[in-house]
Amino acid sequence: MTAPTRRSLLAGAAALPLLPRAAIAQRRGGRLTVAADSEPPNLNPAIIASNGVFFVASKVIEPLAEAAYTGKDGLAPRLATAWEGAPDGRSMAFTLRQGVTWHDGRPFTSADVAFSALEVWKKHGNLGRAVFRNLEAVETPDAHTAIFRFAEPTPAQLIRNALPALTAVVPKHLYEGTDIMRNPANQKLVGTGPFRFAEWRPGEYTRLVRNPTYWQQDRPHLNEIVYRVLPDRAAAGNALEAEEIQLAAFSAVPLADLDRIAKVPGIKVYSNGYEGLTYQLVVEINHRRKELSDVRVRRAIAHAIDRDFVVRAIFRGYATTSQGPVPKYDRTFHAPDVAGYGFNPQRANALLDEAGHPRGADGIRFRLRLLPAPFFNETRQFGDYLRQALAAIGIEATIVSNDTPAHLRAVYTDRAFDITVASPVYRGDPAISTTILFQSGLPAGVPFANQYGYENAEVDTIIRQAAATIDDAERVRLYRALQKQVTDDVALVNVAEFSFITVARDNVLNVSNNPRWAVSNWSDVGFAG
Amino acid sequence: MADHRAFTLLRRRLLGVVPVFAIVVLGAFALLESAPGDAVDAYLAGIGGGDAAQVAALRAEWGLDQGPLPRFLAYLSALARLDLGWSSAFGRPVLDVVLARLPNTLLLMGMATLLALSLGSLLGIICGARPGSLHDRTISLAAIAIYAMPGFWLGLVLIVAFSVERRWLPSGGIETVASGLTGWDRAHDIGRHLVLPVLALGLVYMALYLRLMRDGMAELWAQDFVRAARARGMAGARLVLRHVARNALLPVVTMLGLQSASMLGGSVVIESVFAIPGLGRLASEAVARRDTPLLLGVMLLSAMVVMLVNLLVDLAYALLDPRVGSGTGG
Repeated sequence: MTAPTRRSLLAGAAALPLLPRAAIAQRRGGRLTVAADSEPPNLNPAIIASNGVFFVASKVIEPLAEAAYTGKDGLAPRLATAWEGAPDGRSMAFTLRQGVTWHDGRPFTSADVAFSALEVWKKHGNLGRAVFRNLEAVETPDAHTAIFRFAEPTPAQLIRNALPALTAVVPKHLYEGTDIMRNPANQKLVGTGPFRFAEWRPGEYTRLVRNPTYWQQDRPHLNEIVYRVLPDRAAAGNALEAEEIQLAAFSAVPLADLDRIAKVPGIKVYSNGYEGLTYQLVVEINHRRKELSDVRVRRAIAHAIDRDFVVRAIFRGYATTSQGPVPKYDRTFHAPDVAGYGFNPQRANALLDEAGHPRGADGIRFRLRLLPAPFFNETRQFGDYLRQALAAIGIEATIVSNDTPAHLRAVYTDRAFDITVASPVYRGDPAISTTILFQSGLPAGVPFANQYGYENAEVDTIIRQAAATIDDAERVRLYRALQKQVTDDVALVNVAEFSFITVARDNVLNVSNNPRWAVSNWSDVGFAG
Repeated sequence: MADHRAFTLLRRRLLGVVPVFAIVVLGAFALLESAPGDAVDAYLAGIGGGDAAQVAALRAEWGLDQGPLPRFLAYLSALARLDLGWSSAFGRPVLDVVLARLPNTLLLMGMATLLALSLGSLLGIICGARPGSLHDRTISLAAIAIYAMPGFWLGLVLIVAFSVERRWLPSGGIETVASGLTGWDRAHDIGRHLVLPVLALGLVYMALYLRLMRDGMAELWAQDFVRAARARGMAGARLVLRHVARNALLPVVTMLGLQSASMLGGSVVIESVFAIPGLGRLASEAVARRDTPLLLGVMLLSAMVVMLVNLLVDLAYALLDPRVGSGTGG
């Protein structure tokens, strides 16, 4: 298969879930065994908003609303059935689902939502702390209404966009009056979701079992979900072929193996279902370095990268090129008019000459330390490509390879780098995941943020303004202006947007049917039969 | 007499434990200290970020806001109270984590050693009984080929051949997940899961022991005492086993003790390839997550295992060779 075919596949796949599934009979019951590569010690999604946690916890603990391909605001109701922001941005009212019980039998009420919001999301949420910073009180006029009160005007659009990832509701009766970070329920989850937590055997597996009293009639279809820890890169593919597991999400089967495994009868490859978890391949630039503080040099670097080649050769077509910091999938915020920087080595060379960096006798203009993030095969491979691309314009980059903790320390605390390859994740709203990449004045040690010394007073102003803007359209306008400005400045270089691949046995039904599928509740997943 | 020798040996070994443990603890601690980044950096990478206040609170909670020396002293004083500390990577006590993994590693290593030793000596005796014969050359060649294979590659080939192509054996894990099996059924299930990893780990050592046995025997045939025995009319199995093989076994047993540490290292790779929750894989996870107490716990336990194996080897030595451990030498 060639790359264009795959891209059209990708586009077509998004429409698949809309097709009627009635033709295939779905059997109740069965155990779905999936590959897992990490075992978070704290599985509480109200505290840790990460895909590793959600992968397991989203089946047990539910948010107020989940992302959907269709539906108002791209949301499907979960524990909340309706939500309405006040025009002044000072409050937001949630109508909660009735007849929901916790896995230990207690009823779910507005008190649980109020407690989760004020005591967990606002105080301990790794991302929630920023979004719910101005949350002052949660009123609970009755058991099924929760009204959030904000000290400062807070955009309803932001709260809506935060619902899928940052509003997991935990039981008040288990957390109240305890040390929340050390509560045993962070490992033995208790929620309202379609599956109950059964056991975690470290290094081996985590097992969930069906919740017989789930609020949604006739759900879930599966009896059990087992997450088998498979640390070896080849293990997931082998286990799928041997039918010991039925599904591998988050590209547990490496892109390099996909061509082969896609041809195995009974195995299906899904390239959609991660749109809400889009990662961005980015070059971070240390603006403190003299040569790199010149925008002409940064533009030269942006022109040196052949984005089409990167998508074709490194991502094997399972990615799209990108020029700005908001991915194309987010049609609301993505600024389509950002021109960006095409592949143009001549222009890059001219810019470097103009900036006063002539080639030396050895053809080298200056030298840089390049630190590729070790998080993905693709970030490492792109590091190798970038070194070659920079060599073509007379910049000699020396690759410094680190493991994960060493990379974080070097880049986000010690700031001991010139350029890096990074992979920030976009989380549905620029205020959650994007502004932190560009606002100035962050203390050293805050990871995945602007530690590269980018400073533009105008950008800081836009970020401040947007944070207090209630009107949806005006917010969008401001964030589009932000994208234009940081792209003009080449605060960092956006190269590609990528997400993950799911590989599953073809008798597993309802795979990849929402934009955050791997981290959604899987209540409709089942076996054909 | 034999009891006395064993007692002396035991006492000497126990006295050696303290310096060995001190070196292990200091070495592992210094190793992780010298690696850039700490457990909080590793944790933050896993959760995708957090703000400055959270980062500082985490460092304080895990005691990482203090320098290496106070942390090391705190660890030692806890260790003196037999407290191995708290694993940040798993969010539970180190002792619980390592004890849960120990049986799997012991089982894997024990079976692999058994396979290597029995098959290695058997084939070694067959080869050594008639050095230079056709079956000696064939078996020796095969052994060298196996010895040249990396363990992980052998493991992957075995998985593809016996789990993927023919679904005879499971491709990984230590037992069927939540199978509800008990007693012999469970033992049978674990046995099936161990076949391939034990082969992948054990065959390499089998080749080594075979080589040692065979070469040792080949040399012994020329020794005076063998010729004397032959002159007395001794021949056949009695000569091969009692005089030649028994003496050739000594270097094999020596190697067994030395190799127990290297086999623990080899199990890191095999445990990863076969997704077996064991100590080897735990050690590599502890390094990747900068979980110092966990790494120290694994190292201490591994050191104990290696020393125990060597003690057993010495005892076996004393039984095999009456010259050893008579009090003055060895």
